[in-house]
Amino acid sequence: MPETLTKFIFGRLTLESLPLHEPIVVVTFIVVALGGLAVLGAITYFKLWGYLWREWFTSVDHKKIGIMYMALGLVMLLRGFSDAIMMRLQQAIAFNGSEGYLNSHHYDQIFTAHGVIMIFFVAMPFVTGLMNFVVPLQIGARDVSFPFLNNFSFWMTVGGAILVMASLFVGEFARTGWLAYPPLSGINYSPDVGVDYYIWALQVAGVGTTLSGINLICTIIKMRAPGMTMMRMPVFTWTSLCTNVLIVASFPVLTAVLTLLALDRYVGTNFFTNDFGGNPMMYVNLIWIWGHPEVYILILPLFGVFSEVTSTFSGKRLFGYTSMVYATVVITILSYLVWLHHFFTMGSGASVNSFFGITTMIISIPTGAKIFNWLFTMYRGRIRFELPMMWTVAFMLTFTVGGMTGVLLAVPPADFVLHNSLFLIAHFHNVIIGGVLFGLFAGIAYWWPKAFGFKLDPFWGKVSFWCWVLGFWFAFMPLYILGLMGVTRRMRVFDDPSLQIWFVIAAFGAVLIACGIAAFLVQIFVSIRKRAELVDVTGDPWDGRTLEWSTSSPPPAYNFAFTPIIRDNDAWWDMKKAGYRRPLSGFKPIHMPENTGTGVILAAFSVALGFGLIWYMWWLAALSFVCLIATAIGHTFNYHRDFDIPAAEVEQTEEARTVLLTARGARA
Amino acid sequence: MSAHDHAGHDHTHGGAAHGSLKGYLIGFVLSVILTAIPFWMVMTGAIDNKQATAIIIMAFAVVQIVVHMVFFLHMNPASEGGWSMLALIFTVILVVIVLSGSLWVMYHLNANMMPGLHEMREMP
Repeated sequence: MPETLTKFIFGRLTLESLPLHEPIVVVTFIVVALGGLAVLGAITYFKLWGYLWREWFTSVDHKKIGIMYMALGLVMLLRGFSDAIMMRLQQAIAFNGSEGYLNSHHYDQIFTAHGVIMIFFVAMPFVTGLMNFVVPLQIGARDVSFPFLNNFSFWMTVGGAILVMASLFVGEFARTGWLAYPPLSGINYSPDVGVDYYIWALQVAGVGTTLSGINLICTIIKMRAPGMTMMRMPVFTWTSLCTNVLIVASFPVLTAVLTLLALDRYVGTNFFTNDFGGNPMMYVNLIWIWGHPEVYILILPLFGVFSEVTSTFSGKRLFGYTSMVYATVVITILSYLVWLHHFFTMGSGASVNSFFGITTMIISIPTGAKIFNWLFTMYRGRIRFELPMMWTVAFMLTFTVGGMTGVLLAVPPADFVLHNSLFLIAHFHNVIIGGVLFGLFAGIAYWWPKAFGFKLDPFWGKVSFWCWVLGFWFAFMPLYILGLMGVTRRMRVFDDPSLQIWFVIAAFGAVLIACGIAAFLVQIFVSIRKRAELVDVTGDPWDGRTLEWSTSSPPPAYNFAFTPIIRDNDAWWDMKKAGYRRPLSGFKPIHMPENTGTGVILAAFSVALGFGLIWYMWWLAALSFVCLIATAIGHTFNYHRDFDIPAAEVEQTEEARTVLLTARGARA
Repeated sequence: MSAHDHAGHDHTHGGAAHGSLKGYLIGFVLSVILTAIPFWMVMTGAIDNKQATAIIIMAFAVVQIVVHMVFFLHMNPASEGGWSMLALIFTVILVVIVLSGSLWVMYHLNANMMPGLHEMREMP
């Protein structure tokens, strides 16, 4: 009887599920636990819980939610990168009969977790965070359309991240590769909890991503300042709009395909099994219908960042604004026509393969047009090589190489040779690191002063920059070479000793990247220490062109005391040229949304629901599902959703800024 | 809930007007008719050819989708300043791409990769 009771309470979870036999995991756990305890202890010691809860966790302010997204992305970057460097070390030493230091069970989880974390919990939060912070400021809005939904979306993303992190210490993660192809991810070949962790982590996070996509589309379409027509929107807002359209159109496909996989695993349906009429190839087809738009979801906002940075630091209007917008829209549509290039080798005929090969080559045209737009913006510009501009130049050089290897892979016969090889790995890291990551660092350096009121320290930024750029080239050029020699991906040990030198070089590159990440953290730390020196009171440290630079840094909760009127693209530049003066009187009360903790609670129940489903704790799943629905319904009865910032308070805030500005004027 | 006090609950300007009782009734009656005919076709087997029946039912379904959008979701080319129609066109394009593309891809895979039916029978 007790045994059935334990089984009822804990489902599949037993003491053996804890990976105590894996010394590496145990050590990691101890380190993480001690670090976590230190952080929690520090928060308690400095009595920060109330502050964090009131000012951050329950905040519906798009700026704070954006910053929290960035913090999540940074934390998960450390996790994802530690997976990367473990793989690089393993591959560098597993030669001449050596097994390396990771067994296959652990190694397979590491490469899966690396991919899942880097895409879903590093790149996505970073991108969403940037859009969340910048878009409302760029369009002259006071918040997003649905501020509570925004908070809820963030916490659902955190919920997914928590499930992935939990898999490290309770049970195991998937050993299937980051897209979990069946039949390997089916219940017959992966009976353990790994794939279930994968499914439910992505489903929970997917809710957040989809809702934040809806939210930002609505914000951009409905809440632009008067006079900002579509063709006067900043390019970053345009690319964000297209990205969120892609999110809303493609994430339901991921949700559906993961649901079908879950049904296969939980209730014995046969959508993706080998027999009873199932077809695993359908999974591959469907998941790439989501997967290809996903890579454009990641890169498009960064194309926007590069556009803003290039025109700001060249002191010129962006070359070919209209063509930039059309290129973005064309990429949005075309990204739905290329998915099969991810599985040319699965056995389609020549006509299918050539169709998708050609569409893939076509999609490189609008991307190439963008590169020329940036180059022509720089041409005869007065370029200031500050950090964001350095990242942009590094991006243009690196990304072009990655784009060209992509076109190479788009040729089906070439793909038959290079498919599944390290050449492919080098290609997509080339575009994701060289495009998405460099863009994020450009964006962080560019908008940091807006978010916090002081610039980032340039010295440590340059250290980080050179470590990252050189590290990237050292880490991935050997992979191109190895791929051309036929080395396949996801290998744990190697027979041919002549390959080792390349893996050693790649590992050296990874170490350089580690230095780059460390330098970035040091940069943040040093900048906070030296914030008095790096302070910016103007709110416009880079001589910017778009609306976000017209308000103070950090912006007040209401962003703009008066909604600006837009007459031109590069609205703020136009206002500066027209001799804009800040209005100093006539303030009105500002209507703002009220903070709420419901988002945190809903996400917590979702994590519990996911955990219950993963471990077959049906009572927990049922209970948390009921609580989830009840809380959601309960929230509809919450009528304290908004409040007015009194005019006097607005006046006070604006007056404080006037004092700062005049003090600086007097000094200068 | 919205940060802009004027952007929250106005359906009068820019948005589509809520329908009238008459509109809802027309939509309801049309939906009933469009559901009843396929139901009748299946129950009585009015057309012998199963494939033809399936195609007719799908055609009725598509018409019914349009009825719902016009009478219940109040969609017309002018609603929400044209954004609804744009979103609809975009969605239809994507759905057509995804469905027709998947059918084409999967058919090709089947034609190239699946063992013939006779081979299957010979397998142990």
